[in-house]
Amino acid sequence: MRLIPYPPGVIMGGEVIFKGRDLLAISEAEIRKIRGDEIAMVFQEPTTSLNPLFSIKTQLSESLILHRDMDKEGAAEESVKLLKQVGIPDAERRVNNYPHQFSGGMQQRIMIAMALTCNPDLLIADEPTTSVDVTVQAQLLDIIDRLRTEYGTAVIIITHNLGVIARYVDRVNVMYAGRLVESGETGALFAQPMHPYTMGLLSSVPRLDLPRKHELFVIGGQPPNLARIPPGCAFHPRCQFAIDRCRQEIPELEEITDGRHSACFRSRELPELVGK
Amino acid sequence: MGMDNNNLVEVENLVMYFPVTAGIMRRKVADVKAVDGISFYIKNGETLGLVGESGCGKTTTGRCILRLYEITSGKITFDGVDISKLNKEQMRNMRRNMQLIFQDPFASLDPRQTAGSIIGEPLQVHKLVKGQEYKEQVAELLKMVELEPRMSVRYPHEFSGGQRQRLGLARALAVRPKFIVCDEPVSALDVSIQAQIITLLLRLKQELNLTYLFIAHDLSVVRHISDRVGVMYLGRMAELTRSDELYDNPLHPYTQALLSAVPIPDPAVDRQRKRILLSGDVPSPIFTPGGCHFHPRCSVAMDVCKDQVPEFKDVGNEHWVACWRV
Ligand SMILES: Nc1ncnc2c1ncn2[C@@H]1O[C@H](COP(=O)(O)OP(=O)(O)OP(=O)(O)O)[C@@H](O)[C@H]1O
Ligand SMILES: [Mg+2]
Repeated sequence: MRLIPYPPGVIMGGEVIFKGRDLLAISEAEIRKIRGDEIAMVFQEPTTSLNPLFSIKTQLSESLILHRDMDKEGAAEESVKLLKQVGIPDAERRVNNYPHQFSGGMQQRIMIAMALTCNPDLLIADEPTTSVDVTVQAQLLDIIDRLRTEYGTAVIIITHNLGVIARYVDRVNVMYAGRLVESGETGALFAQPMHPYTMGLLSSVPRLDLPRKHELFVIGGQPPNLARIPPGCAFHPRCQFAIDRCRQEIPELEEITDGRHSACFRSRELPELVGK
Repeated sequence: MGMDNNNLVEVENLVMYFPVTAGIMRRKVADVKAVDGISFYIKNGETLGLVGESGCGKTTTGRCILRLYEITSGKITFDGVDISKLNKEQMRNMRRNMQLIFQDPFASLDPRQTAGSIIGEPLQVHKLVKGQEYKEQVAELLKMVELEPRMSVRYPHEFSGGQRQRLGLARALAVRPKFIVCDEPVSALDVSIQAQIITLLLRLKQELNLTYLFIAHDLSVVRHISDRVGVMYLGRMAELTRSDELYDNPLHPYTQALLSAVPIPDPAVDRQRKRILLSGDVPSPIFTPGGCHFHPRCSVAMDVCKDQVPEFKDVGNEHWVACWRV
């Protein structure tokens, strides 16, 4: 989205291909158009993207008029429809309210409605549910999921909640210290993780469906300090399977089996190592 | 509630209202009914979990037990003593037995104090050690929470989130308490660090024979760590029973919805589960609904639920529930 402020943030290289175009190579005006129009983003903090000074109707309408060429009346009608879609009760009346008149969970829903005013091809949801409760979290993710199936919007969910991943996503990319360490189809990845970090993560969370007294696996050490990433594989100081090579060389992300990628020298032997 | 000598904490009809004031005269216009009549007990050596949506009164309940608030009404007994009757001096002595750890230990640690003096301070306040022993005790406490004694000269900002939680815990343990209120101690931590702290809390409880009130949002974490779990909704207790029982046989419609909303980190299991969707938001604790607080969101509510508060009662085997349908 090119939203990292410069300075201090600098994109050092690479490409971001969206619908065949490199988003890093286009002009600021072009990226701005894509941002509101084709890619929408839902943030952790609803307050950052809702303007406290305008009513919800004004904010939704403005975007509808801009992105969908609607007239004022049509936009007002569509605003109510969107609020209903994201589960705001009494939408006809509430559309005239201001952001502070809604609870945190409702603000999040309004933000999703806001993201939908432009019929995006891609919706990026960054920890969309950390500040809300489990029941509200389930409501919000169900809404996003319904929009995905109804309108064919592609969705990226950024989260540390493994349950959310298991329930809602088709494919997972696991990151550690700024790199992708594993990727694959959700079912396959949970059934047979191929990177020691993923493996540790999955067995370190308590689960409602397992006997209560089962022991949690503990990944030792501290999360990586990005200013002082260790040489070799960044995970090696915390990895129980680390060998000399891991301390010297950075493993590349490579295909291990069909559609399954992992960045670990020992991925192929891992099932056997764990068996021991 | 039935007096039992094995109960370390007994809470009877606890009510905690915070006044809402308005105008320059600070006239009271309403009450926030943070805790609205709850009763439960915590047995010696057990961990009682407390779950519920944000704002339902979990933290307030914990703070009332520590008597950090003057309660509106009700009775709290600690180790057989009615603590609401204690004077300041008596309460100060009592507080040695009861400690609190929070979600964000950094906020509670003085940034200009070294780790050693943070941990050692309670020892001096309560005059628990003299001279030479002091250093040894601090070192001992650091080891207890799996930090190194040489870290005692460092300042809080030099520790990671998980390490700061360990510091907070060491400080709480310094006075050798019987009881610790753990208020969301792992909620702010990285997934991998959560497991470290949970495992540490379980080990210390075993070794030091501690009793915990463990407050958290995450139902999976609470179930893992608690012997029994209470589910709160809008200032009241909806259900309370053994952890396994709560998850195998939830009786309150709210508990059922809450459990079904938690995604299980295994797609093979999660995608087979039956879901109960809750509509609407939690009502305001100022304008609480009449009758059962949950009735506006309950799919099986009856007429009686709208105007009569269901009694919180034991339906057998210490399974407590407040619902007209049960
Ligand atoms: N000191 C206070 N003054 C006024 N209102 C308060 C005070 N402390 C808590 N409240 C209110 O009491 C209610 C219960 O708050 P409490 O902090 O106990 O909830 P909680 O269950 O711990 O929530 P969370 O999960 O968000 O931590 C909330 O509506 C809160 O705003
Ligand atoms: Mg709280």
